[in-house]
Amino acid sequence: MKPHPASRDVVIAAVALIVVLAIPLFHRSPAFEDFIIRLSAMALFATSLNLPVGNTGMVSFGHGMFYGLGAYAFALMMQMTDLSLPVAAVLAVSITTLASFCVGAICVRLSTDYFAFITLAFQMLFYSVVISWQSLTGGDQGLRGGIPRREIFGFELSSQLHLYQFCSVVAVLGLLALRHVSTSPLGQTLRMIRDNEDRASFLGVVLWRARLLAFTIAGAFAGLGGVLAALFVSGAYPELADWPNSGQAIFAVMLGGINSFLGPALGAAILLALNDAVTRFTEYYGLVLGIVILAFAVGFRRGVLDFLRLAWPRSSK
Amino acid sequence: MKLEIRNLTKTFGGVRAIDDVSLDFPSGSLSAVIGPNGAGKSTFFNLISGAFPADTGQVLLDGDDVVRLSKTARMQRGIGRAFQVASCFPTMTVAENLTAAVTAHVGQWGNLSRRFPPPGVRERAGEVMELIGLSHVANVEAAILSHGDQKLLDIAIALALEPKVLLLDEPTAGMGPEERWRMIERVRGLWEQRKLTLIFIEHDMDIVFRIASTIRVLCYGRLLAEGTPEEIRNNQSVIDAYLGTEAHAE
Repeated sequence: MKPHPASRDVVIAAVALIVVLAIPLFHRSPAFEDFIIRLSAMALFATSLNLPVGNTGMVSFGHGMFYGLGAYAFALMMQMTDLSLPVAAVLAVSITTLASFCVGAICVRLSTDYFAFITLAFQMLFYSVVISWQSLTGGDQGLRGGIPRREIFGFELSSQLHLYQFCSVVAVLGLLALRHVSTSPLGQTLRMIRDNEDRASFLGVVLWRARLLAFTIAGAFAGLGGVLAALFVSGAYPELADWPNSGQAIFAVMLGGINSFLGPALGAAILLALNDAVTRFTEYYGLVLGIVILAFAVGFRRGVLDFLRLAWPRSSK
Repeated sequence: MKLEIRNLTKTFGGVRAIDDVSLDFPSGSLSAVIGPNGAGKSTFFNLISGAFPADTGQVLLDGDDVVRLSKTARMQRGIGRAFQVASCFPTMTVAENLTAAVTAHVGQWGNLSRRFPPPGVRERAGEVMELIGLSHVANVEAAILSHGDQKLLDIAIALALEPKVLLLDEPTAGMGPEERWRMIERVRGLWEQRKLTLIFIEHDMDIVFRIASTIRVLCYGRLLAEGTPEEIRNNQSVIDAYLGTEAHAE
């Protein structure tokens, strides 16, 4: 591998952002803009999950908990306080970070299978709290009444265009930050742990500390995704924190490819597009999705981007 | 660096895997540890490197007892080891394996504020790669290296930590006769260049007798004999317990 200078990632991110922001100037399509808004949330959610899953080799089934927590914390703060939107968003992400640190501190010392189960257990616990604490969360109805739209820096987020711009900027910056994590020495250490944890610990790596860092960072960015999701649905619903949502993130990671940084984001896009296309024709969305996932898991044995990188190793490295 | 073992004992469920072993490895010595299967050779290495704790006894590095220290602390004091089954990072290239090892060694493994690798690390990894003779496969993934190169990479990872004492657990295991000699010549070259205190476990008696200046024979967890190749070759109890049986088996 020839490491690329950090500037390369920034340039790619900037170009992608400019393209996305320019599209509405030429052509307004509410469906497309909705898609990008949902994708921003989902891409952050899936890419953050890949830090523990793909980079470190810890499969977490409870990632939806942090996505849901970010959404609820943000929506509640917007409804119950007069905080400005950025402050509420930062606080929501901080709360999620703290939560993932605490959950991680309990989970990361467990070996793979137990780790997966206990993250799932925490997720179900969180979901039960959301469902049963009706006075705060609205129970299974979710948080209704909408999120008060406050203008920030001239952005009026009740306008779809402004929400579109806001979400794309946040998502690109978030992905850039995650990219930085995965290319940092810590990112390399996580790959060492995935490959051979015994040897890594012989080299002086404190395994639980590295894993906890990865888990906490992943939770934080899932929380950021949750904030965007709350903005899109203008509230928060228990489904955001439910385990099928964690499954969606795992599907996105698998579909797109765990060994490519942008794999999970691509997987999220495919998943959303598939959802939109399939639900138009049939209500058996799960069946179609299952077949697609099986085809990737059994047939290709890797996600789209990993597959392409193997096919054209030069162009991608 | 001088390594002294004093009355080292380790039992596993009533079996004395290492039974009151005392040994001196003078600074800059090249010694072999031999013995039949199950003699406790790998356990002996595990106790020195701290992979698991000893029951009693001391491991002295230049006179300091390190037996209560963790394997990481011992590594930082200068005890390096390579494994019987090559232990490296299969999805990374040779260069990445070594840069990652050096990064961990200089305490930068948790660094989030810069890009991998930190400055200076790549150069040090390159030196090790040059020294061990893996530069020509620098950009090859460890998983698809030949068996011999994987063993070399394992040793290179140990060397990246700048050990003073290096423990090699069967460096030539699973190699063909020619490859064995190339491997052991490289090991000997390293020992000379880096002035290491080198201890290796080996089953090939030709190699042991030709390379090692001192040989230690373990049998059922006890030290059966120690001495120069000549002394060991003529030691009756060694012949009975090990050399003889091997000759018999062949």
